[in-house]
Amino acid sequence: MTYTGWIILTAALVGLSCGITGVFLILRKQAMMADAISHTVLLGIVIAFLITSEVSGPYMLIGGIFAGLLTAFLVQWLNSLKVQQDAGLGIVFTTLFAIGVILIATSAGNAHLDIQHALMGEITFIPFNTVTLPIIGDVPQATVLLAAVLIIVVITITLFYKEWKITSFDPALAASIGIPVLLMHYVFMSLVSITTVASFDAVGAIMVVAMLITPAASAYLWTDKLHNMLLLSGAFGVISAITGYYVAAWIDTSISGSMAFMTGIVFFISFIFSPKHGLIVKYV
Amino acid sequence: MLSILLNSNTQWVLLSTMILGVAAGTIGCMAYWKRQNLMSDALSHSALPGVVIAFLLIQEKNLFILIIGAAISALIGAFLIQWITTSSRISEDSAMGMILSIFYGMGIMLLSIANRSAGGNQSGLDKFIYGQAAAMVKSDVITMLILALLVIFIVFIAFKEWKINLFDPQFAKGIGLSIKGMNILYTSILVTTIVIGIQAVGVILMAAMLVTPAVSARYWTRSFKIMILLSATFGGIAGAVGTFISALGNGWPTGPFIVVVASVVFVVSLLFGKENGILIKHLQFKMHQKTAKLNLQTLTEGLENK
Repeated sequence: MTYTGWIILTAALVGLSCGITGVFLILRKQAMMADAISHTVLLGIVIAFLITSEVSGPYMLIGGIFAGLLTAFLVQWLNSLKVQQDAGLGIVFTTLFAIGVILIATSAGNAHLDIQHALMGEITFIPFNTVTLPIIGDVPQATVLLAAVLIIVVITITLFYKEWKITSFDPALAASIGIPVLLMHYVFMSLVSITTVASFDAVGAIMVVAMLITPAASAYLWTDKLHNMLLLSGAFGVISAITGYYVAAWIDTSISGSMAFMTGIVFFISFIFSPKHGLIVKYV
Repeated sequence: MLSILLNSNTQWVLLSTMILGVAAGTIGCMAYWKRQNLMSDALSHSALPGVVIAFLLIQEKNLFILIIGAAISALIGAFLIQWITTSSRISEDSAMGMILSIFYGMGIMLLSIANRSAGGNQSGLDKFIYGQAAAMVKSDVITMLILALLVIFIVFIAFKEWKINLFDPQFAKGIGLSIKGMNILYTSILVTTIVIGIQAVGVILMAAMLVTPAVSARYWTRSFKIMILLSATFGGIAGAVGTFISALGNGWPTGPFIVVVASVVFVVSLLFGKENGILIKHLQFKMHQKTAKLNLQTLTEGLENK
């Protein structure tokens, strides 16, 4: 495949996996949790790097899951101590992120990790770093990671589709019929973490929040059915990622930035023209 | 170590981050009681495109102009969050997450355009993202000081009005305070604090300056007045100590160190705080257990004697 082909494929995978995961973030009203996790994942990656001193997929995933779960756990814990939920979230993620940045600046600064890269992502470097897979041949490492994460996300969601649905819409009912709500919460946080880690290389820590939340929020304006929302959100994610790439190529600017910007455009269109909840329909 | 403190530039920077911490700690208490802790996060991220556009327009790094640009774009962000939340079924935290990441994305797009057009001479602009107080020059420091002092002044001059407005809006209306006016004033000083903090702490970590000291102060008092004073003190300490530590290393970012110092203050407050601190709660629990046991004992003894 061509250089551009790989980039577009990678971008589309980011859009798809973030779009699907994001639906549940919106429905569970945990959008800011994505913001928190996307920041703290940096700490996980840095620690994984400091321990193994190599930048490789599996270690980064483990570090990311660890950091994501730590964030979710600390927020939950502070909440149980009666700290306002959003205040607890703010304290936890800024602290963990700050520690991550300090670690990079003080000890890992000369290595492959740098803050710039982690925060903004650099999708143009992705095709250079390949691994050889049987049958398919040389494939960029980040693309393989993203594909694997997408498969994990899709399997986890389809296997327990009904449970996800109930815990998202009515946690009290879910608890009363014996679904382990808290366990599901932590499993979901792990899914968010691995999606974030895998998207890190391509779009960076903050733009991944745009990819996670915005397509899902746009889809939420179009439909009331969960499976439609999942499909739409995935499609919106892919559309924003690919158009974002071309916009960036056209005006020669940051790819991840313009992908985030395109999710905003998609949302804006939905916000105005959506047949169910759009502004125009409300005024007419 | 002493030589760093005696360096006159460091002294200025220390002073400005300290005052910034005081201002942020003060406003943070109001944001805490308005339950708008993460709003500051959204606002600071959405300030980025404004900073870059201001830079692109004037082609130089004049802090005052950049602050105006930042303030305009943060206010647009605040307005959009409000609009999306009130006129669609998107919840407030989703709206905040969207606006902050989209605005940040736009900022990054513009930043890479600015990098190109300015021929790489924009190193000062990058600092806005992570915060590097050491990069500030004296005129920046003075701009920051004046604005921060203005914010602190506005809070303290109308302290009683703020208090009534926060805790009893009905009463405030009754005595003829304009709630809308107060809210506009509150948003403007919040945005001012955020945008002057961006230079020192960076857009990503600015939220911590507002949230952490306020929550820490809550563990020591029930009085709003003392909470504000404590929070301002914690903020000031975090600003000064964090800046000092970051000055020890070569090119260490200021923001993260300030945040970590603030977090240490938070953990200490959480553990040892007088109000609902973990230790105090544990002791109270033990005491209750003891008295309950004693009561039970006397009760059973009394029954046996009968």
